[in-house]
Amino acid sequence: MFVLVREPIDIQALTRSLVGSEDGAVAVFEGVVRNNSRGKRVLYLEYHAYETMALKKLEEVGTMARERFDIHGIGILHRLGRLEHSECSVAIVVTAAHRGPAFEACRFAIDTLKKIVPIWKKEFYEDGAVWIQGGN
Amino acid sequence: MSIKVLFFASLADLTGMRETEVDSRAHTSVASIYTKFARDFPRLEEHRASLLYAVNSEFVQPDSPVHDGDEVAFFPPVSGG
Repeated sequence: MFVLVREPIDIQALTRSLVGSEDGAVAVFEGVVRNNSRGKRVLYLEYHAYETMALKKLEEVGTMARERFDIHGIGILHRLGRLEHSECSVAIVVTAAHRGPAFEACRFAIDTLKKIVPIWKKEFYEDGAVWIQGGN
Repeated sequence: MSIKVLFFASLADLTGMRETEVDSRAHTSVASIYTKFARDFPRLEEHRASLLYAVNSEFVQPDSPVHDGDEVAFFPPVSGG
């Protein structure tokens, strides 16, 4: 399941959709909105995407993770629009027979997402807003 | 004979456009399309060094050819997650 959503992310539903009876491990990564960035207080964030390409690239992240690690399932949900402090912006769930590949694939998936999936974050402060560029 | 052109994030703010079109006969590469817009919006040049180019939802190099009906996108390094 590789989806862009505009409502709060339901991680348990994602997990339920992936876990099978052969699995012995589920690794979950959740990205959440932090209240500060580079020393500035962040009021809230907006995420924008090139949606058709982002969906395609999310699926590619999943395909790459399955090729590299001994896992059974992987799902990624990314939220778009306005998000408040502590809200979940991205969730990655990986299922596997064993914890090692599950953890490794989860780490690989978030690192790769941050490089190739066309989604951008805009941070809003008391005195303005800034688009964040990857690699900053 | 047109190519759809998309701008995202800071580039959309800078140009005031998310989507527009150019004549496919006037352009041979994605970079030449960007150059056309940079004449109207000189600050686009500040982004060229880190710019990412996509044609039909796939990353391409600046010198990649473009064809009638293509969807070309310009955007800064991604920052999702």
